[in-house]
Amino acid sequence: MSQAAPLAGGPAPIAGRDRRQSRKLPVKQLLGVAGIVGFLATWELIPRLDIIDERYLPPASEVIAALIRDFSLTAFWVSVGETMKAWFLGLIIAVALAVLLGFIIGSSTFLRKATNSTVEFLRPIPSVALIPLAVLLFGVKIESSLMLITYAAFWQVLIQVLYGVADVDMVANNTAKTYGLGAMARIRYVVFPTALPYLMTGVRLAATVALVLAITAELVIGSPGLGREIALAQSGGAISGMYALVLATGLIGVLINVLMRFIEKKTLSWHSSVRSEAIV
Amino acid sequence: MKALKTAGYVLALPVLLVLAWWAATLGSVNFFVPTPAALVSKFGQVWFGPRFLSDVLPSIGRLLVGVVAAIAIGVVGGVLIGSVKWLRALLEPTLEFFRAIPPPVLVPVLMLLLGITDSMKVVVIISGCVWPVLLNTIEGVRAVDGVLSDSAHTYGIDGWARVRYLVLPSASPQIMAGVRQSLSLGLILMVISEMFASSSGLGFTIVQFQRSFAIPEMWSGIVVLGLLGVAMSFIFQWAERNILRWYHGQKEVENAA
Repeated sequence: MSQAAPLAGGPAPIAGRDRRQSRKLPVKQLLGVAGIVGFLATWELIPRLDIIDERYLPPASEVIAALIRDFSLTAFWVSVGETMKAWFLGLIIAVALAVLLGFIIGSSTFLRKATNSTVEFLRPIPSVALIPLAVLLFGVKIESSLMLITYAAFWQVLIQVLYGVADVDMVANNTAKTYGLGAMARIRYVVFPTALPYLMTGVRLAATVALVLAITAELVIGSPGLGREIALAQSGGAISGMYALVLATGLIGVLINVLMRFIEKKTLSWHSSVRSEAIV
Repeated sequence: MKALKTAGYVLALPVLLVLAWWAATLGSVNFFVPTPAALVSKFGQVWFGPRFLSDVLPSIGRLLVGVVAAIAIGVVGGVLIGSVKWLRALLEPTLEFFRAIPPPVLVPVLMLLLGITDSMKVVVIISGCVWPVLLNTIEGVRAVDGVLSDSAHTYGIDGWARVRYLVLPSASPQIMAGVRQSLSLGLILMVISEMFASSSGLGFTIVQFQRSFAIPEMWSGIVVLGLLGVAMSFIFQWAERNILRWYHGQKEVENAA
């Protein structure tokens, strides 16, 4: 299972190589823009030509106009703020818990063996199974979102931290021991740098999952945020408003991806997987 | 002795946790947390009756159809888009945007377009699960080793044979990584589509129990979903071990060297 980290982190270096190519060939960007324009044109034409009724799929221009209108509304930004608050808090709690537990469990062979079956059993449990429980315990408050987000994001990070801590080079660790580094110093200077790339992969995956769960909780439970606005717009018949909000969640998703890649690159600028791109 | 030790490691913590749960619920009559015995008896009563046929099997069926269709579409589309350079440049930004949309928001959209039907739930699962497989396949196809690709070309291996013996195997580790992501997404989407808009299925039943404050029944539903997730994860791991046997072997050799 130790191949999970490089597999999951696979796209990152490729994306870097990509950028170098595209600097030489702006054709690639132009084609990308053409693709987006083509998609929007198709979307515009489908309702205009009555292939799908305009009441169910409004033309792209109408939806984009609704989205721009949303940008000037305070209520829209309040919902975005609620969603992002739940996303951020849930992610932070999950990462903190996972790092703490991951380092404790990972640094002891006994604990790793003893917890393995429990972790492998709890991890695949879909966090949406906890929705009814969250409703009973917290109702439509932000705590229900936090519970789902934290549960889902926690496992993503924990597994990566466990792989990372297990990946520590025995020679490096023994060398540090011989030089008289204490347990805390070894964690700081040997274990932590080894586990950091894995941790960052875990955090990147968890950030995406956390957004999915934040929107899910708002959509299904009705805790405040963009998801609830989408459900309200749909049941209220504000169809282009609903599509506009869906586009907005997509934009947030893209922003989170870009942000996470940036943070990963900054924190791992010393690591060979990131550094080698700059040299070659 | 060794087997005993392994069994000890596997079972000790779960047994301790269940014991702690049993001890914690022993004296109190907590409304929210049933005792282990009550949960087990409810579990049998609730799920091994007519509900198994009317709610559990249809849900699993929709999940399977959706996930298999998503994998098929993702792999075929990914091989196509990944091998044609201009097509990839044309579609990639749009596809990245679609992947970034949190899939649950598709439930209200598709509800509007297709109505509340079985096919809508399957389409929800497909449209959420297809992106990880599609984009990972594109990455995998693009990353095919240049030397291998040239050798295959020199030997006149083209068309279907090229896809079958060169492109698919070398992209398979990436494809499997995508499949793993879409399996857990599929389960989430199955539950949400039923919770949001349905009158049958696992998700609907569980929410129904919660609304009528049938707490042990609700917990038993959570357990069913958990078992489903665990079963899918084991099946996937088994499949991955078989499909990627050569790959793990290769990795071991590389790591040893």
